[in-house]
Amino acid sequence: MGFFSFLGFMLVVTVLLLIIRKERPEIAVLLTIAAAGIMMVSLLKYVADILLVFETMARKANVQTEYLTLIIRIVGIAYLAGFGAQICKDAGETGMASKIELAGKIFILSMGIPVMAGLLDIILKVF
Amino acid sequence: MDINVIFRIAGIGILISVLNMVLKQAGKEEQAQMLTLAGVVIVLLMVIQLIQRLFDDIRSVFGF
Repeated sequence: MGFFSFLGFMLVVTVLLLIIRKERPEIAVLLTIAAAGIMMVSLLKYVADILLVFETMARKANVQTEYLTLIIRIVGIAYLAGFGAQICKDAGETGMASKIELAGKIFILSMGIPVMAGLLDIILKVF
Repeated sequence: MDINVIFRIAGIGILISVLNMVLKQAGKEEQAQMLTLAGVVIVLLMVIQLIQRLFDDIRSVFGF
């Protein structure tokens, strides 16, 4: 599955959306969600390969694996929040989109704060 | 990447808009409304399966 099949897929979806949106905007939104979902599912295979490379690099550099899994989880949350927010924006609900983004930011912050606290502890131990 | 789902959803959308027009012409506004609702529910069921697959895949890839 190369880049060209993604391109063709999205162009077909765009044409279908143009046909449907005038008559049935609610089904157009569902079509957008379906297209985005299929696209994401097929892109995840590539993401998994990239993450595997990162993991091997981190193992070579002796980075603690818990930090790496934390970062990967944060990337996943950002990925999902972007997905949801973009769908809401496409449907014209920018308020819901900004709420999803806010929720994503808060979850990411709450996952990242323990690392920051650990860093502060190390700094306090040094001085 | 299965484009069949996309075609199915688009087909349902076009079919429902045509049937809606016919029912409106025949003066059956309530049936047209129910038809729209039924179409949305059918498509929603298809989309929910896709979303569930997406979430499962994301959970397994990103290690939640």
